[in-house]
Amino acid sequence: MKKILQNKTTRTNLTTYALVTVAFLVLQALSSMGMLTSSVNGYLVPVCVYIVLTISLNLLVGVCGELSLGHAGFMGIGAFSGIVAAALLQSAVPNGTLRLITAMIVGGILAGFLGFLIGIPVLRLRGDYLAIVTLAFGEILKNLIGNMYIGTDAKGLHFSISASKMELLEGGTYLIAGPKGATGVEKLSTFSMGFVLILFTLFIVLNLINSKEGRAIKAIKENRIAAESVGINVTAFRMKAFVVSAFLAGMAGALFGLNFSSVTASKFNFNTSINILVFVVLGGMGNILGSVISATVLYLLPELMRGLDDLRMLLYAVVLIVVMLCTWSPSVKGWIQCVCDRVKGLFHKPGKEAVSNE
Amino acid sequence: MNEYSRKMIKVSDVSYLREQDADKLPVLDVRNLGIDFGGLTAVDGFSMTIGPTEISGLIGPNGAGKTTIFNLLTSVYQPTRGSILLKGVDTKGMTTAKVNKLGIARTFQNIRLFNDMTALDNVKVGMHNEIKCSFFTSMLHLPGYFKAEKKANAKAMELLDFMGLADIADQKAGGLPYGVQRRLEICRALASNPSIILLDEPAAGMNPSETTELMHQIRRIRDTFHIAIFLIEHDMNLVMNVCEGIVVVNYGKIIAKGTPEEIKNNPAVIEAYLGRS
Amino acid sequence: MQILQYFINGISIGAVYAIIALGYTMVYGIAKMLNFAHGDIIMVGAYISFCVTNYLGLPAIVSVVISMAVCTVLGIVIEGLAYKPLRGAPSLAVLITAIGVSYFLQNAAQLIWSSSAKNFTSIVTFAPIRLFDGKLVVTGEVLVTVLVSVVVMFALTWFTGSTRTGKAMRAVSEDQDAAQLMGINVNRTISTTFAIGSALAAVAGVLLCSTVPTLQPTTGSMPGIRAFTAAVLGGIGSIPGAMLGGILIGIIETFAKAYISTQFSDAVVFSVLIIILLVKPAGLLGKQVQEKV
Repeated sequence: MKKILQNKTTRTNLTTYALVTVAFLVLQALSSMGMLTSSVNGYLVPVCVYIVLTISLNLLVGVCGELSLGHAGFMGIGAFSGIVAAALLQSAVPNGTLRLITAMIVGGILAGFLGFLIGIPVLRLRGDYLAIVTLAFGEILKNLIGNMYIGTDAKGLHFSISASKMELLEGGTYLIAGPKGATGVEKLSTFSMGFVLILFTLFIVLNLINSKEGRAIKAIKENRIAAESVGINVTAFRMKAFVVSAFLAGMAGALFGLNFSSVTASKFNFNTSINILVFVVLGGMGNILGSVISATVLYLLPELMRGLDDLRMLLYAVVLIVVMLCTWSPSVKGWIQCVCDRVKGLFHKPGKEAVSNE
Repeated sequence: MNEYSRKMIKVSDVSYLREQDADKLPVLDVRNLGIDFGGLTAVDGFSMTIGPTEISGLIGPNGAGKTTIFNLLTSVYQPTRGSILLKGVDTKGMTTAKVNKLGIARTFQNIRLFNDMTALDNVKVGMHNEIKCSFFTSMLHLPGYFKAEKKANAKAMELLDFMGLADIADQKAGGLPYGVQRRLEICRALASNPSIILLDEPAAGMNPSETTELMHQIRRIRDTFHIAIFLIEHDMNLVMNVCEGIVVVNYGKIIAKGTPEEIKNNPAVIEAYLGRS
Repeated sequence: MQILQYFINGISIGAVYAIIALGYTMVYGIAKMLNFAHGDIIMVGAYISFCVTNYLGLPAIVSVVISMAVCTVLGIVIEGLAYKPLRGAPSLAVLITAIGVSYFLQNAAQLIWSSSAKNFTSIVTFAPIRLFDGKLVVTGEVLVTVLVSVVVMFALTWFTGSTRTGKAMRAVSEDQDAAQLMGINVNRTISTTFAIGSALAAVAGVLLCSTVPTLQPTTGSMPGIRAFTAAVLGGIGSIPGAMLGGILIGIIETFAKAYISTQFSDAVVFSVLIIILLVKPAGLLGKQVQEKV
């Protein structure tokens, strides 16, 4: 046991699990004691969703080094397939939690499968071209879901991509009604399930990173040609990372979709993809614990600044730019260092320094 | 020394094999290889044979097309003409990864290590196809994973030890000294269990004592793993001492082929290196 | 005749995309960054022009000049404050900063001009040309847009090909370090690129809002993404490529709206992009660069 704890990565991973668990227990306790306002309670599930999305995108962007700008598309696929699955299973699976889990798995598998299909052509491209194509696919997915009609009636399930061709019998209901999205969704998502999903995601992603698959993925990111030269099939590994990432995003999407009474496809647009990317980068590329923290803080930041109203998004933008400058710019870093030294200098007397130099 | 004699036997008009390899299937049989970049012919009519336990050298002036030949052999480039038979299998159209699985590993002129990973992990990446552990076993950390990982660790440490790198196993590859990086790259290439290993200027940037050490190591690699070694090198002392067969190229074409003694006295080689007097 | 009309409409909106894409391509080619804030500079340009004509009552052409001036300054300021300190940082860091700038511009515009849509009056005043008994209408906006885009393309081609600054830009785009060693001021060259790109964005903003007359803080984002798509389609970094890509995207979009479905026009446009990139991974007129081993 002691030897395991000496390993740095193992220690970091255990810290991550522990931190998430403690945070969950504290929040759950506060929530059950009624100490959280209703608005904070409302953020709990979305925060979980965004944590999972950020971790899964980090696998792709941070660990694998592939810039994807269409993550929200997979989230959307997961959300809507999850909603449909949950609605269809209403009678077959009466237990809400079980239905939610099934819906999440359905959402995940569908998103993963689409990720695979998209991956076949897309993963031949690299760098910025891959980014623009994932952006394109994200928009296409959003566009398709936003104009899709799915309904049930006595005759069974109906599907169409145009409102006029969709005719339901008496008593039939629309599960997804094109641009209006899904309405009257039964809210199945709970904070506890969100927590379980985070743990599951952490388990999958951290294990993957610390296995031979993860080593191969990291190797590809660091030096593609060298990785190929030792027999690593680059395309296959990019595909694996892409599909796992899409699968997890799909599961998170299902959790998200089943958390609100109505959801529209426009929620899963380019801006959402970009937001998740921002969380990933600010949390640290390839840093999973960083993803958890940054998703939490950055998701809540604009929400907590609601009091500032018009200024809040402006401030968010400023925070974003300043953080990027402070972390990456050599000149800004140097300047901060200089200021820090000055401040320190004010408190240290010259004589003291001479002593410490000895 | 009698097992590895330096006597070469001519097996066809283009190829020589060492005495003890003469009746064996050559590990590499290259025929009339050529590649054009646009209108420029970088390599043309390159033919050679390497026996299963032979150390051969590829020399020539800068820009002669040596690294291009390595890139062709490892499928980084696809040849315009000619064929490469690796242990009798034509590698035409194969990816670099596939060719490696078939038995060819290499190092790079401008070192390409995974700088952010430890030396041990670099070697373990090299062992990727050796580690028998499925994707789901790895992802879910099933019991098989721990077993495979333990085995891999042991073998990787053994390889590092073999190259005299055991004490830097836990250091990041990017921070290692130049000579150590070169040896680590060889170690990574060996980890992929090749039948032939291509070394692109293994002694570049090494001091004389490191170079001497490297010469011993190259021989030791062949004697321990019984594999062929094909190397590009500018250090003539190393080439003449270590190699059994040498191919000299200039302007993408072979200008001489033979044993070190033959090459030393070949007028075409002297002209290519020193210019016409 | 209907087809021809759609074609003309497509070229018209495509020409606007082309002007934006030219700015994108310049900045990408030289600074090697995806400037996601480019679309928002378009929006700022349109607002400035709107304010100058509506509140100051100046003529349209003056408003365009002022708008270009303001956007040029804005471009240089943004580059100097947000992007210049990040020279040498990973491209993703620069990308996120550009996103931050984009958010900033959108929200600042919302604070200044409110989020309600403004009705932009076209700057083109002359009457539309009617052909074939009015079956085919070529509006003044179409003529002006197409003319401007063609002029801009040729001007940029001449500028990068023949002037000292233009040659410096090409050198920086090839190899920043080597250019610096040859005595080229890389920072100033990149600033100039941003200045030109932003001035073009201002022109594009005015023309865009003359064609589609609603003006909101988010006006620039979607055309920005489409223009980016256009630049990639044509081969990012290539000036004629941006022009070609812009026109193609415009035509495809118009035809998709007319013959397939209004809702699916985005899906069609992006599908075409994906197909083209699969066939030609560096875009229609882009250069394929192979990594040296």
